[in-house]
Amino acid sequence: MNNEQLRDEIIRISGTNPSKCMKCGKCSGTCPAYEEMEYHPHQFVSMVQKGDIEPLLESKSIFKCLTCFACVERCPRSVEPGKLVEAVRLMLIRQKGANHFDAEDLPCLVDDDLPQQAVVSAFRKYSK
Amino acid sequence: MTYSYYPGCTLRTKAKKLDTYARRSAEALGINLEEIEQWQCCGGVYPSVSDEIATRLSSVRTLAQAKKAGNELLTVCSACHNVLKRTNADIISDADFNFRANNYLELDERYNGETKVVHYIEMLRDAVGFDELKKKVVNPFKGKKIAAYYGCLLLRPGNVMQFDDPENPSIMEDLIRALGGEPVIYPFRNECCGGYITLEDKSLAQKRSNKVLASAQEKGADMVITACPLCMYNLVKNGTEHDLPVYYFTELLADALGVKQEGEGQDNE
Repeated sequence: MNNEQLRDEIIRISGTNPSKCMKCGKCSGTCPAYEEMEYHPHQFVSMVQKGDIEPLLESKSIFKCLTCFACVERCPRSVEPGKLVEAVRLMLIRQKGANHFDAEDLPCLVDDDLPQQAVVSAFRKYSK
Repeated sequence: MTYSYYPGCTLRTKAKKLDTYARRSAEALGINLEEIEQWQCCGGVYPSVSDEIATRLSSVRTLAQAKKAGNELLTVCSACHNVLKRTNADIISDADFNFRANNYLELDERYNGETKVVHYIEMLRDAVGFDELKKKVVNPFKGKKIAAYYGCLLLRPGNVMQFDDPENPSIMEDLIRALGGEPVIYPFRNECCGGYITLEDKSLAQKRSNKVLASAQEKGADMVITACPLCMYNLVKNGTEHDLPVYYFTELLADALGVKQEGEGQDNE
């Protein structure tokens, strides 16, 4: 896919429109994973707009989103950057063999108190 | 009042106390909970993008079962509540999702969002009433400074969840007052604990959970209450720098109503 096709595909998956962004930066300002991200939420918006998807697909940033919906709630333009982070992650893990998390990874990560909710959510986020 | 009750996966296992005390308190308040038969996991986390169909189907099935029973659907876990309520809103507002989900599920009758999804705390406010609840309290939490931890999933996105003002909520503080306690307002009460990231980047979950607990402690809290098993886990296991006790809100409720048995321990002990 060329950059334009990648951009259109991310927009289709996410169901959101990055061109509505007015660059206020609230999404990155409120993001609890900001410091752990190489590309920050506001950069996802501008990079998707430009079709600059490849660096996002290769970045660990797509696995740092906490799905806390802070950027979704606080975006004054309803761009909701979290949806774009999700869409890029899905574009990657929907490919064959691209799971970020496997059942074999689990035993050494689980302790007696870890709720099932965490395991189910992690599989939803990191694997297909 | 009878509700269709959806406990969800974690309330059957790691968060049994959230469930047990919810059921016992409901009984004491004259609320009848009918557990949905053969319910399925909600998926734990709402799939944010619009082209994810299959990951929302189990929620539609649950919602349709409540419709069939003619009841409102009652949830306790914040995550289940978020997924079920948002999926219900999608069925109403997203014609494409509605079409595909109904075609796939082939239910006896098409599901179009008829079920009302109610969180247990909303039920306490709207069906019981905090004033009525207060009258039924036998062990008030007098002098206890209690910090309500809303987290993310009960509140956001506010336009769909309609639980409370997403930036300045008060419903859990009102509940604390009804139970005789003194609510503590602190800045991080609606900021994320880290959620499932504990499996991917434990240090990030620790950082987030410590921030929440530090914020509550700074405002003088004696304890924190939550409705979410994953928040509970993160605050207790990843909130490594603080030893503020964390309880499920249902445990405090059962205690205040006098239906928590003597010697029953806490989840975080």
